[in-house]
Amino acid sequence: MSKKQAKHMSKKLSRRSVLKGAAATGGLAVGAGVIGAPTIWAQNIKDITINHTGMSYSTIIEIARQASEDLGFKVEMSVTDHTGLINRMTNEPTALDVADSEIWQTKAYVPQGVTQAVDISRIDMWDKITPIYTEGKFAGKEVSREGDAPFEIMYRESKDATSFHDGPTDWATFMPGVYNADTLGIRPDLIGRPIESWAELFNPEFAGKAAIQNIPTIGIMDAIMAMEAAGFQTYGDRGNPTREEIGATIDKLIELKRAGHWRALWNSFDESVNLMAAGEVVIQSMWSPAVTAVRSQGKNVEYVHLKEGLRGWGNGLALMSHLDGLKLDAAYEYLNWYLSGWMGGFIAKQGYYISVPETAQSFLSDNEWGFFYGGREASDVITSPTGEVTNQAGEMRDGGSYEDRFAQVAVWNNLMDEADFLFSKWNEFNSA
Amino acid sequence: MKSRNLIPYLQAAPLAIVLFLFLAAPLALVLVVSVFRNKLFVGLVPAFTFENYFSILTNAVNYQLYLSTLKFTVIVLAVTMVLGFWIAYFLVFHVRSLLIAIGLFLVCTVPFWTSNIIRMISWKPLLGREGLVNTALINSGVIDQPILWLLFSDFTVVLSYVHLFTLFMIVPIFNSMARIDKSLVEAAVDAGASRWKVIWNVIVPLCKTGIGLGSVFVVTLVMSDFFVVAVMSGGLSGSVSSGVFFDLGILNYPRAAANSIVLLAIVVLIAAGILRVVDVRKELTG
Repeated sequence: MSKKQAKHMSKKLSRRSVLKGAAATGGLAVGAGVIGAPTIWAQNIKDITINHTGMSYSTIIEIARQASEDLGFKVEMSVTDHTGLINRMTNEPTALDVADSEIWQTKAYVPQGVTQAVDISRIDMWDKITPIYTEGKFAGKEVSREGDAPFEIMYRESKDATSFHDGPTDWATFMPGVYNADTLGIRPDLIGRPIESWAELFNPEFAGKAAIQNIPTIGIMDAIMAMEAAGFQTYGDRGNPTREEIGATIDKLIELKRAGHWRALWNSFDESVNLMAAGEVVIQSMWSPAVTAVRSQGKNVEYVHLKEGLRGWGNGLALMSHLDGLKLDAAYEYLNWYLSGWMGGFIAKQGYYISVPETAQSFLSDNEWGFFYGGREASDVITSPTGEVTNQAGEMRDGGSYEDRFAQVAVWNNLMDEADFLFSKWNEFNSA
Repeated sequence: MKSRNLIPYLQAAPLAIVLFLFLAAPLALVLVVSVFRNKLFVGLVPAFTFENYFSILTNAVNYQLYLSTLKFTVIVLAVTMVLGFWIAYFLVFHVRSLLIAIGLFLVCTVPFWTSNIIRMISWKPLLGREGLVNTALINSGVIDQPILWLLFSDFTVVLSYVHLFTLFMIVPIFNSMARIDKSLVEAAVDAGASRWKVIWNVIVPLCKTGIGLGSVFVVTLVMSDFFVVAVMSGGLSGSVSSGVFFDLGILNYPRAAANSIVLLAIVVLIAAGILRVVDVRKELTG
């Protein structure tokens, strides 16, 4: 199927465009004295605004712009941080319509009853969604269950259920969105040798030039990977460590801090970009779009492939409880649009994957598809979502193909049982 | 007769209502939640328990955090007080034209035309490993390794606080200094006082209210901050409020609320202490 055909196909698939067509026909028909129901619907829906709230790495204004154009009603974006999202969802649930949350955050908000489960029959491409989310499998194999694997939180018993259901039902906790597998970022020009293990994050060679992220739930996972790789600690379940394990891990972080190992702890993704681009650090926790951002500033950053595996994470779009009637219809239209291809193509350029990869392909050139999903050498320059060059022809994406990366997810971002303890212990790390 | 008695109450009512709605009521709510219990993955459980306070007061980390926050407060207070006093002194007693004095005073507010964040972030290209200062020092041969404590250290935090908060000291001191009757200074000089004696025995005592008010501003701003510390120390220093922030991230409202109440009590104690030393009423009515 050619790209053009595919594009046409995916457009055809969107019910919205069908309705738009119907509205146009309906408009003509008005002149003829016949008023079709879809016309009324299409006119009412124009006044609807869907608010999408999420974190900066996936809540991007270009997405809202494109969605509004394609859908005929307004989609707006509100950017916040992890803490902000969870608090807004709980305290002002009507202030947003669609929450773009991380997998582990569902464990905090689902019990609060602020979201309604997604009716799977209304998501056109549900059966095309990656089985990482829907079945807990990838490429025929079980995905790691250490940490909050997406499958574990994927389903609920009913629309209003406030707990998760073990195994598939007709109601999804959220609609799977973007996801990726993270690793360490390094400056190869300043290090000058290959980096192959998480243990390097603790290597005294990089004293004063290393950084770790200051978001406890995620930073601890990077630390656990490094602890185990360096042989300082073994874990029963890296995705749900005991108090003793958390304590030992953070004590090590403190010891390193006192020895001047950490140049900084970063709080937001742009801080990590600045640390790397300014040469303050040469090895650190990093997120994929930060790598793209540093590269587009002309600095060489490698998102290294480490032998112990990757730290997986994922997002989904949750529907807030207050949505009903026409507004709920519009929200479902938006969710279906999200999977229809444009979004997948756009987000691929910052290194993320979309839950329905095949529609994204028609919005990517062969070069881009081969580079981001296929793990092949770029045949031409690769650009960021905003058009800056990030990779030259001949370069390869770190970590290999889509299949290779997800076969190597070792742990998932999570909200562990001992989260309360983790947070007070992490505070000790901050104040040490 | 009766209605006349009501008038002062009516006059005070708007402010009282605002204070009740936006200060007393939310505070009462925080107080209530602080004795609730939090169950992870479930949420708030109404209860009457002091375990949140207990866990805060028995955790050695919190004492460290208070100590570190107090250390910043004392240093910043001392620096802004000295700076604020002399800048105000210069504006009031050395600039002869009132117009120029007001003009210069406005210049002091120029940094406030941009946002807090920009004023903080703009230090980074200046002080970083490859920043302007280090590059200049290395190129001129003064040092051969970059000075790392310029950025992401206690020094940077204090520098930003001083940059951000000195104005809050200048304004009240300027205000009380501008009211000093110049003939008092003349009288002191005629009586044989030296310049320093005039400052110490006449001007400083008359500025006490301004210094006191400025101190309250600076203390409350520094004690409640977590953002400047997090950004400028590169996350290497904590603050009392950062604990509250972390707890909010997992919806542990009871512990966050208890921590806020403890912090509030301490800030109120300090502010009360300052106001005991200086009589602010004099400032407002005098």
